Amino acid sequence: MLKTMIRRAGKCAAVAAAGLMMMSAQAAEPIKIGSFLSVTGPASFLGDPELKTLEMYVDKINEEGGVLGRELELIHYDDVGNSSSARNFASRLIRSDEVDIIIGGSTTGATMAAVPLIEQARLPFISLAGAVVITTPVKKWVFKTPQSDRMAAERILTDMKDRGITKIGLISGTDGFGSSGRKQTLEVAEEMGVEVLADVTYGGSDTDMSAQLTKIRNTKGVEAVLNFGFGQGPAIVTRNYAQLGTKLPFYQSHGVASDGFLELAGSSAEGLRLPASPLLVPDSLPDDDPQKEVVQNYKAEYESRWDSKVSTFGAYAYDGLMLAVRAIEEAGSTDPEAVREALENIKGYVGVTGEFNMSPEDHNGLDAESFRILEVQNGEWKLIN
Amino acid sequence: MLAEFLQYLFTGITIGATYALIALGFTLIYNASHVINFAQGEFLMIGGMATVSLTAMGVPMVLAVVLAIILAGVLGIALQRLAIAPAKQADVVTLIIITIGASIFIRGIAQVVWGKEYHVMQNFSSDLPIRVFGAVLNSQSLWVLGIGAVVVVALVLFFTKTLTGKAILATSMNKEAARLVGIRTQMVLMLAFMVSALLGAVAGIVVAPITFTSYDIGIILGLKGFVAAAIGGLGSGVGAIVGGIALGIVEAMAAGYISSDYKDAVAFSMILLVLFFMPRGLFGAKVVERV
Amino acid sequence: MMNRFMQSRLRGLIVLALILIILPAFLANSFHYELVTQMAILAATVVGLNLLVGYAGQISLGHAGFFGLGAYFSGIATGTYGWPSVPALLVGAILVAIIAWVVGRPILRLKGHYLSMATLAVGFIIAIILNNERDFTGGPDGMPVPALEVFGWELSAFGQYSLFGLTIEGFQAWYIFASVVLLVAVWFALNLIESPIGRALRSVHGSEVAASVVGVNTAKYKSLVFVISAIYASLMGGLYAHFQGFITPAVASFEFSILFITMVVLGGMGSTFGVILGAVVLKLLPQVLADFQELETVMFGLILMLTMIFMPKGLLPTLTAIVSRRMRKKAGGEA
Repeated sequence: MLKTMIRRAGKCAAVAAAGLMMMSAQAAEPIKIGSFLSVTGPASFLGDPELKTLEMYVDKINEEGGVLGRELELIHYDDVGNSSSARNFASRLIRSDEVDIIIGGSTTGATMAAVPLIEQARLPFISLAGAVVITTPVKKWVFKTPQSDRMAAERILTDMKDRGITKIGLISGTDGFGSSGRKQTLEVAEEMGVEVLADVTYGGSDTDMSAQLTKIRNTKGVEAVLNFGFGQGPAIVTRNYAQLGTKLPFYQSHGVASDGFLELAGSSAEGLRLPASPLLVPDSLPDDDPQKEVVQNYKAEYESRWDSKVSTFGAYAYDGLMLAVRAIEEAGSTDPEAVREALENIKGYVGVTGEFNMSPEDHNGLDAESFRILEVQNGEWKLIN
Repeated sequence: MLAEFLQYLFTGITIGATYALIALGFTLIYNASHVINFAQGEFLMIGGMATVSLTAMGVPMVLAVVLAIILAGVLGIALQRLAIAPAKQADVVTLIIITIGASIFIRGIAQVVWGKEYHVMQNFSSDLPIRVFGAVLNSQSLWVLGIGAVVVVALVLFFTKTLTGKAILATSMNKEAARLVGIRTQMVLMLAFMVSALLGAVAGIVVAPITFTSYDIGIILGLKGFVAAAIGGLGSGVGAIVGGIALGIVEAMAAGYISSDYKDAVAFSMILLVLFFMPRGLFGAKVVERV
Repeated sequence: MMNRFMQSRLRGLIVLALILIILPAFLANSFHYELVTQMAILAATVVGLNLLVGYAGQISLGHAGFFGLGAYFSGIATGTYGWPSVPALLVGAILVAIIAWVVGRPILRLKGHYLSMATLAVGFIIAIILNNERDFTGGPDGMPVPALEVFGWELSAFGQYSLFGLTIEGFQAWYIFASVVLLVAVWFALNLIESPIGRALRSVHGSEVAASVVGVNTAKYKSLVFVISAIYASLMGGLYAHFQGFITPAVASFEFSILFITMVVLGGMGSTFGVILGAVVLKLLPQVLADFQELETVMFGLILMLTMIFMPKGLLPTLTAIVSRRMRKKAGGEA
């Protein structure tokens, strides 16, 4: 009996080991770019365009001769929007696939879960997630391409103040994006002297937010409403807002800056404003805007390759990849420390999201001005400023 | 004040009616087989997604709805024949895991076929909301309530007037006895899954204009449906309806009057409270454990 | 009789220990170690859950709530308030035990699906609190957790240690530590199962009415095992938090609860070694399926469904039955 049990155990171990072996990668020729994104799950609208962008530009760069004469190899895992799998896959990228740089982390949760590991492994990491905590305080190995939610809050509240609005109602999602955005909005509002009179939330999979909006509407003194959230939630908020017949100015965050949102929200979105990347209005940009060409090219290339609308989130991945390539070229090798230093010193890189000026104190390199304020007019984005 | 209260009430009843329809689906299958079908939410998703994708292909709305419902029905039968029937000796919890596996599988297929985006379905009638004493009611809410009521009446007639319906009822009361009087219980189980799937698809279609629809919409709505069924008392049709609407109203009231952060926690506390005092839900049958 | 029990118990433990000793020979890099360490921690959790589900027959769909509470208590006590790890783990476990006892008394009166529903509700409420109390928990984006510190000795997955003159890496040290934890967890569970408490539990599983008729205080035993399994979850949650170095409310989520119960059922309810296999398989599967990209979910659902349809008793019990049938046939042929 004991013998058979050991034999059985041996078999189990062998099967498990075979499973593990299958996962190890080989060969060190190409430059390995590791990536973990939320390609499926609740944050798939982030991860999906991000992955498509990475795939297509890695192909494109390879066709054009690669980087430093070496091919790029993209190794990608889907973290399903789950931060503990994000951490596992980051670990797999570092330890098993032995990648040279990591571009990924669609959500702040996924990014932050991987950060301690990546810092220990001393590998350059470019995050595609928004929250301000990712690069403030500065972490030696961590960079990010999207503007922070704090900048979005600053941009929105500035626009409100320009319109003479100083008392607002806030509705936010309870997911990571909404909750961090809420926190930043409250802080920025206090600094700017804007009062948040009502502060309500909704769950990520809620199907009707009329109750919360009614509460805001019945709060005396509210002059405008801001919704910080991403996914389908803000589209429902927008429709409920219109159904309730609320007439106050309505703002959304950059979390919904995509054409997909306009389709979902339909005519209810009319008149709302949000901070967004110029990617949504490439043709309205003045001709002397340095971003105009980059933005138009990215849009054209993405849409012809994938037959689907370009999204701001994919652009984060575009900028991430281009920053990585530029840093590797400047470093002349994939030595992690050299690449990290090169990344930290990138100045004047004009990307789709904005112009990046990195420094040892700023691992994001963007300013709030890189956000444009857009308004929905006749079902289309209109550049306000 | 009144307007505010009415608004919460309308919101709650609309959401609640959706939960009630899903809970009815749970109840049907539970009655026939004592299985809690965690794939119930996927029928809802199939209804909404199939309708949206068919209309996008140019199929007229009415035909798309019919096809979507048929698709869900076929899926319900397949689930029973291919996944539940072969494992009939299994423990209750094993059956639960099988239905969880099935729901992951169905969702995975839907994601590959239909993609990951959220989709819009137009309101059945006007987009203009209806105003009642200062509160606003989405016209689609009336459709949800109306179709919900029609479905309930149809179910009652089905169970009390038709032979098949009576056979399902008999099987749910006593499987052995039903078999003895010549009812083909396997057939009945299949029917129960099919009707439950149809019900789920109908719910998925009528609520899609309110909630949007996507491949993963079934997870949370399915769960809420189960919660509603348990509050009402598993196996009770009246319970499913009352449980669903009660759950919806509590959620909306909690979001409005207590704390939107904790509205789901309030709803779940309500379940605990109900179960503490009525361990078989509001309308659950008293069952004596056999030794 | 007792002697045979002792033997079989020891035999299982020895086999498990041998596997854990041999396994490093098959581990190619630190990522593999990490996976196996996670498997061991999750396995120890479900060994505890199995006491409740497999032996007492009470289904919990909210166990991740206790796991998450343990994880967050350890994380907050050590990270925010600078407690040493061991007291944090223990106090966390005691608190969770009290919570489990308080909610367990009324909940465990419920039967079947109503019990599942109530445990689900408890798990959900815990997850919602962890998600909303941003000031303590960091909210949905989660919080970092310091390395585990055992009596002044910091166990970090990134450190380097010397043990009996050998230099071992932090992840190897964690592997050894988690292996020992798993063995202790299993040893305790096996002893409990063979104790009078265990026998009383099984009688509850068989038929509660019958059990109470013959004088078993069913309520007391059910509460007891509920509390014990919650303590398992809390301790393992704490270790998991320290090992991961970062936690989010996902550790207390409904999905995680479902994962736990699936590990138990897939591996084999009521088989302590079976549920360990369940934990291994479910932790390994997403990694193996990662290459299928889009089809990953489809494959996962299909595998889960087919396994449960064709092995309703779970992996290990079914495999054992097949092996012993073969052996009997062979023995018969030879005789």
